[in-house]
Amino acid sequence: MGKEIIELAQGWKQLQEVITKLKNILEGIPNEKPFTSEEYVKQYTKIYDMCTQPPPYEYAEELYDKYRETIQEYLNATVLPSLRARYDEFLLREFVRRWSNHKVMSQWLSRFFEYLDRYYTTKASVPKLKGVALTCFRDLVFNQASSRVTDTIISLIHKERDGEQIDQSLLKNAIHIYIEIGVYEEPFEVHMLDDASSYYRRKAASWIEVDSCPSYMLKAEESLKRERNRAGEAGYLHCGTLRKLEERVQQELLVTHAAQLLEKENSGCAVLLRADKVEDLSRMYRLYHGISEGLQLVANVFKKHVIGEGTTLVQHAEEACNSQAADKSSGQEQAIIVGKFIELHDRYMGYVKGCFMNNNVLHKALKEAFEVLCNKSVTGISSAELISTFCDNILKKGGGSEKLSDEVIDETLEKVVYLLVYHRDKDLFAEFYRKRLTRRLLYDRSANEHHEKNFLGKLKHQFGAHYTLKMEGMMTDLDIAKDTQRSFEEYLHENPLSKPGIDLSVSVLTTGFWPTYRSCSIKLPSEMVKCVEVFNGYYSSKTQHRKLSWVFSLGTCNIHGNFQKKTVELIVSTYQAATLLLFNNSERLSFLEIMTQLDLDREDLTRILHSLSCAKYKILSKEPNTKTISQNDMFEFNSRFTNPMRRIKIPLPPTDDRRKVVEDVDKERKYAIDAAIVRIMKSRKVLGHQQLVLECVEMLSRTFKPNPRVIKMRIENLINQDYLERDSDDSNKYRYLA
Amino acid sequence: MRRSSTSKKVGQSNSNSSSSDLFRSASSKASSKESERIDSLFYSYANASSGLIDPEGIEALCADLEVDHTDVRILMLAWKMKAEKQGYFNLDEWRRGLKALRADTISKLKKSLPDLEKEVLRPSNLSDFYSYAFRYCLTEEKQKSIDIESVCELLTLVLGSQFPSQVNLFVEYLKTQSDYKVINMDQWMGFFRFCNEISFPDLSNYNPEHAWPLVLDNFVEWVREKQK
Repeated sequence: MGKEIIELAQGWKQLQEVITKLKNILEGIPNEKPFTSEEYVKQYTKIYDMCTQPPPYEYAEELYDKYRETIQEYLNATVLPSLRARYDEFLLREFVRRWSNHKVMSQWLSRFFEYLDRYYTTKASVPKLKGVALTCFRDLVFNQASSRVTDTIISLIHKERDGEQIDQSLLKNAIHIYIEIGVYEEPFEVHMLDDASSYYRRKAASWIEVDSCPSYMLKAEESLKRERNRAGEAGYLHCGTLRKLEERVQQELLVTHAAQLLEKENSGCAVLLRADKVEDLSRMYRLYHGISEGLQLVANVFKKHVIGEGTTLVQHAEEACNSQAADKSSGQEQAIIVGKFIELHDRYMGYVKGCFMNNNVLHKALKEAFEVLCNKSVTGISSAELISTFCDNILKKGGGSEKLSDEVIDETLEKVVYLLVYHRDKDLFAEFYRKRLTRRLLYDRSANEHHEKNFLGKLKHQFGAHYTLKMEGMMTDLDIAKDTQRSFEEYLHENPLSKPGIDLSVSVLTTGFWPTYRSCSIKLPSEMVKCVEVFNGYYSSKTQHRKLSWVFSLGTCNIHGNFQKKTVELIVSTYQAATLLLFNNSERLSFLEIMTQLDLDREDLTRILHSLSCAKYKILSKEPNTKTISQNDMFEFNSRFTNPMRRIKIPLPPTDDRRKVVEDVDKERKYAIDAAIVRIMKSRKVLGHQQLVLECVEMLSRTFKPNPRVIKMRIENLINQDYLERDSDDSNKYRYLA
Repeated sequence: MRRSSTSKKVGQSNSNSSSSDLFRSASSKASSKESERIDSLFYSYANASSGLIDPEGIEALCADLEVDHTDVRILMLAWKMKAEKQGYFNLDEWRRGLKALRADTISKLKKSLPDLEKEVLRPSNLSDFYSYAFRYCLTEEKQKSIDIESVCELLTLVLGSQFPSQVNLFVEYLKTQSDYKVINMDQWMGFFRFCNEISFPDLSNYNPEHAWPLVLDNFVEWVREKQK
């Protein structure tokens, strides 16, 4: 026998009683006891029955609808009014309470109506019971109350920002509801973020006017910390908000006003660097590090500052030169700047490595700054020459480096190489360096061979063996020259007849390693001529297929000056010696007579005579006794000359080889450019003009920066020599001609 | 017209009657008559010992044509002949030129000159004529460039009518500057491209970073300085 049929209306009426009881429990009415398991089973079974009765008494659909209606009715009648009646924190509290009640209700009702979930909802493709409950809450309660609730939440956050204490757990719960309903991001998070933005926008606007950079940064750091807490693990915002909130705050506090902040007159980045405020700089790094492209803003200010500091050093150097009466042309004064640049570099590298945490963006900024500074000239003297003068001072005798320890010298040389990396015209430096090295080596002015070799080693390590090839060749030449000299002396010993009558030492240099010198002819005195002949004889007996070209301009001579009071040994250049020896045969000689007898040109002779008669030691007396040499002057041996020392050096200032160095380097560059062009075109066969120029510059960048005009000139030259031709279809392209 | 119809007739007459045979021999006789006249015209100007028309002969030719020997039309004639050596025409060249112009007498040659001018100045031929003019002036063996003075003259002669303002300005520049003593073929052709591609006188689309010869970069700079 089947069960008794339960009519809908009747069954529902019974259910209503249960639901009312549930409502009462939720409302907190006393004396309502919680449901027992029997009650639960009874209701569940009733619903089960009502659903499984044979048609037309199958009430699944109706019950489903009634379920929904129940919830809706409750929300409308009870929940919404209660929310409407409350404000601020009380609203929030009620909101939280009502949601938790709703969950309980949904739970119980779902359990009662569970049969529907099992067999009806899927079949009818309708949402599950819990889903229905959620939707009802969202559509009815949430949509009505949300703006007020959101506003309340945001104003509480405001209060907290302003320093008041708020009920954080309440906020957390309320916000959690949003998350549960699935309405957190929109509309809540959006509002919250916009609100945070405008809050910090206002703050930033007022702080930036009043606060110094360090205090602004402190406030910014503090604000970020607090906001991070809000969205952190212990915070009440969803942790997904953290990044977004951070970005908003960073944008308002750090990005919008970046320029004004970093460049603040008395407290900005430049000031902090100058005053060595490491802590503040570290904070700056921390703050900007997390912002994308943020560090670039700091780097730009940093770079500008370093360039400014360096430029000031250059200005000071120029002023110092101009104010002093000292000789500007030698470049000695100006070379001091190299040491200052080294110090500047050390200092700012210190910041990059220290408070800027070795960051690449800052490294690059420093590099770019020094690339600007290291290519500046001082009073028209190129940076390449200055740095070679600086090295010369360290490596030569009497340059002041004897007082320094080996470690200090090594360190300084190391740093010089670092600076050199920033120089564009490395080939120009090499050429100046070679010139100075020649003087040091040939006039025995090098302080320490070890240091010389050490420096070449460092250059080789940084720029490759090709760069130091010639210089190393120079040093080797002198080692070999010592052996050659020894065997020459043996030869003389064995062939006493060929002895020239004066002690002669010769250095044989390999052409190509050593710089080229303007060859000036001179008629040597017979004693010296004999020396040359003897050595030529010796050398050709020892070697074949080698040609010796004598460079008298580089020689030195020790000559005895038999003055009235005493004999003084004079160390002079070969040219000076040849001039002086003329006076062994003549009492008085005019400028022109000397010129004829020595077969020198006017400029050279002027220099020589000046060093002998108008400088510190007057070996010759000049008539008239003026400070300069003129064609009509007469010269006489100054027998009255004397000096307490037994031996003195009479320097012959070197000619201004600056122009020649630049000429030589320009010539080499033309060859280098040609070679680069041919190499590139050989491998590419066809290439457009701009591309060719680009690759050429790239290929040569290690040594120097070629001028695009010169490159064009060389290309045209190569076209003229049929190495290349223009492409017949596109005049902007070149073709390699095999 | 006559020639082509002659050749048609030749083709046809191979299989045909004696009347066209008669006509063919008449027309080929006519064309050979023409060749004869061309050749005899050649010999009337040629130097007996060298067998070539030398500068003296050319002068005589010019007098007969009533054209100055420095006139550009003589250069154009040389071009039509594809003459290789400046100041000389050989028989082949003469034949080539006169046959192409269909002139076998002085008066016909003279009458053909205006059309020749038009032909040369057509854009499709101008570039060829322009480069020919340069090569024609390279008189020494292995000579690759022409001195500035001559270049100025040649430029005015060859392009003066087409691009007068550019030519005048460039000639002025070449005469005042001192960096270049000669101009080579690449620079010469570069100027032609310049006239054709660059808007004048504003020079707004000139880009020195392109592969323009350096002399033109300098020229443009000079012009811009002048315009200030």
